[in-house]
Amino acid sequence: MANIGSVVSKFYSEYSIKTPKKMKIIDAYLLYILLTGIVQFVYCLLVGTFPFNSFLSGFISTVGSFVLAVCLRLQVNPENKNQFQDISPERGYADFIFAHVVLHLVVMNFIG
Amino acid sequence: MSQTYTKKSSISKLNSKAGISSLLIFVILLLAWIAGFSSRLFAVIRFESIIHEFDPWFNYRATAYMVKHGFYNFLNWFDERAWYPLGRIVGGTVYPGLMITSGSIHYLLHLLHINVHIRDICVFLAPVFSGLTSISTYYLTKELWSKGAGLFAACFIAIVPGYISRSVAGSYDNEGIAIFALQFTYFLWIKSVKTGSVFWAVASALSYFYMVSAWGGYVFIINLIPLHVFVLLLMGRFSNRLFTSYTTFYILGLIMSMQIPFVGFQPIRTSEHMAASGVFALMFAVATLKYLQSMMSKSEFKSLVIYGGLIAAGIVFGTVVLLTYAGFIAPWSGRFYSLWDTGYAKIHIPIIASVSEHQPTTWFAFFFDLHVLVATFPAGLWYCIKNINDERVFVVLYALSAVYFAGVMVRLMLTLTPVVCILSGIAFSGLLELFLRDDEIAKPEESGDEEHTTPKNRKYDKVGRVPKMKHELNKEPDGIGPNIRTIISVVILLLLMLFAVHCTWVTSNAYSSPSIVLASYSGDGTRQILDDFREAYFWLSQNTADEARVMSWWDYGYQIAGMANRTTLVDNNTWNNSHIALVGKAMSSNESAAYTIMTALDVDYVLVIFGGVIGYSGDDINKFLWMVRIAEGEHPKDIKESNYFTEQGEFRIDGEGSPTLLNCLMYKLSYYRFGELKLDYRTPAGYDRTRNAVIGNKDFQLTYLEEAYTTEHWLVRIYRVKKPDEFNRPRIPVANRLVKSPNFVSKKSTKRKRGTLKNKPVIVKGKRLSSKQS
Repeated sequence: MANIGSVVSKFYSEYSIKTPKKMKIIDAYLLYILLTGIVQFVYCLLVGTFPFNSFLSGFISTVGSFVLAVCLRLQVNPENKNQFQDISPERGYADFIFAHVVLHLVVMNFIG
Repeated sequence: MSQTYTKKSSISKLNSKAGISSLLIFVILLLAWIAGFSSRLFAVIRFESIIHEFDPWFNYRATAYMVKHGFYNFLNWFDERAWYPLGRIVGGTVYPGLMITSGSIHYLLHLLHINVHIRDICVFLAPVFSGLTSISTYYLTKELWSKGAGLFAACFIAIVPGYISRSVAGSYDNEGIAIFALQFTYFLWIKSVKTGSVFWAVASALSYFYMVSAWGGYVFIINLIPLHVFVLLLMGRFSNRLFTSYTTFYILGLIMSMQIPFVGFQPIRTSEHMAASGVFALMFAVATLKYLQSMMSKSEFKSLVIYGGLIAAGIVFGTVVLLTYAGFIAPWSGRFYSLWDTGYAKIHIPIIASVSEHQPTTWFAFFFDLHVLVATFPAGLWYCIKNINDERVFVVLYALSAVYFAGVMVRLMLTLTPVVCILSGIAFSGLLELFLRDDEIAKPEESGDEEHTTPKNRKYDKVGRVPKMKHELNKEPDGIGPNIRTIISVVILLLLMLFAVHCTWVTSNAYSSPSIVLASYSGDGTRQILDDFREAYFWLSQNTADEARVMSWWDYGYQIAGMANRTTLVDNNTWNNSHIALVGKAMSSNESAAYTIMTALDVDYVLVIFGGVIGYSGDDINKFLWMVRIAEGEHPKDIKESNYFTEQGEFRIDGEGSPTLLNCLMYKLSYYRFGELKLDYRTPAGYDRTRNAVIGNKDFQLTYLEEAYTTEHWLVRIYRVKKPDEFNRPRIPVANRLVKSPNFVSKKSTKRKRGTLKNKPVIVKGKRLSSKQS
């Protein structure tokens, strides 16, 4: 177990050195969404999922935002430059916004 | 022809290669569209602009309702004219994509003051969409292989009978637009896998949404794409591009598919959709592990990674199984079981097995629908496997799964056809690339081919031109003699010509019959139109009360509702098996037992289809055994299938047939007064031409029903169900009567022959004779 503890601490130190600032902002956003999702899930476990479409649209909105943010992070990350050759960070951000518009239009329709 | 001309003249003007090739592509796709459109018009030219068959009639009725009452009223439409006395919530039980598509086209055209009737839009929707299908097939194949292969595939799919069978003019059904949506979704998916762009993934999710709104076959997409991703993972081809495209596609597709009322919460509740979410979770797990690996490259984490992965996969699988058992996730539906176990439907759900398009496919059908493509598509598959990459894995999986499904059900031939066209396009383009590399050899054939460009063989003068772009590449020759090249290219062209001829022949002979209007050819080749169906439905709409309820077998439910506008008991939306079984029971029991059922269901008219006079084989007597089977499934005590066979186990309608059969309602309604009819001099009276036998029960009267209408060729017979006071009731002894009439003894005797008048009016002078006698 001590092994894992040391690994985690090493991971943290490497993370704080290696990762650019932009990535860190996105990571903070990701953490926030993750916490929101957990809160939603716990709430539904405690209270119930009665308006099922409302719960679903809220939860899928969270998951969707998470997914899109992860995608943005992958595309913006300079380490992945060779994998996304014709996608500049600006293009990635534009796609991110476009996907969000679509996602939340549908969510608003579904939330009832 | 004019397009060919303009193309030639413009070629001389344009010198840049890119310009020529894009112009060529544009012209070829346009010609493919026109060829596909016009070869689907046989039915309109031979008959008229009319909606075909069964399901299209419902789609047409729903579209007309939507155009008349608006979209929201359509979504809330409760149709009380179907499934009497249950009714049907139409808005929540249809895939509305088809109606919305044609409704919006109608709206647009009317906005431009082009006053087209909605029926014409419905009739021509499928041919127009076939052009869009061929264009999206072109783009899909271009992404997979090359432009040349794409043009081949586009031309193939424009005329291939397997697709034409569902998209002739008038066949206004979901499949007509769904194949376009299918191909387009796949194209966008491949595009997004290639680029890893969120934009293309969103576009593919939107196209998937259109597909969900149009056809139940969307389940094929939502299983094939995860399968593709999963196989790529197994092959070790994970990339961040795959991650972005799949996760975006999945989450947007998931929430969008739930917007269709008919689909509802199924995407998170049924097993058919679970594979997709499992792969979604798996992608996240793999991506996290990859990320961790990139952050710390130490061997000890390998074990951590493996354990973590195993535990995560176990948790996901366990939750799915647990939820299935707990009832949150519905297990697979019957139709899906019948895809795995072909005998399942026959045993458990006769109503699924009774539909002819759910039968397993015969080998003949593959050749009939695909012709030479069925032989060439394995070659294309081989090319793809040989030069594998991310997107070719997809087409390989698509081909394998589609071949399996097409073998299980005739109907799913439709999903096989596009992939066969794609792979054959790849095969042909590969072949021609090899053999038509030399300009000198290629040219004479093309010019020779062009001279006899009739509408029929217009397609292969296009495909002959495809290699032009290819041999601009100028690869070095690889030792194939010019003679062999010539021979092989001539053979290929001949094959393509045969293919085009076959397609046209099949389309004109097999797939262009509206089945509402029949045509028969007499000995001297003149054509006779049998319009009995519309005659009968028109009679119904003019001569029966508006709320009259018509009982018929479910095949004709949509047509009665669409053309006669009368209430039906069961129709082609076979959602309530027991109701259908009740109608089947009424048809297969004897007259008095049937009368009880018919009064319980408030039936006013009974409609049967009878083909014995003209030799029409799709009539109710030939379908009768399915009625018996379906009725037996729900009422095993009253109906037994074995009672309807002779002792030798034959289904016979002549004198040796089983007495149960000869006395059941369907038999009597079909053959009422048929015994008096002598069709020609050679055959005896009551000779059934469909089954080539003299009927066994000739002289009978109907007690509870009366003949209301029989069409010209006896194809449709309509009977009116008598009210309880109309038919001859047995005499009740005076002592048992509730209402006792005064005793009356006849004064007639042998001696007094003169009759007496009962209640003889008494005339009193000076008083008016009262007309009523009390």
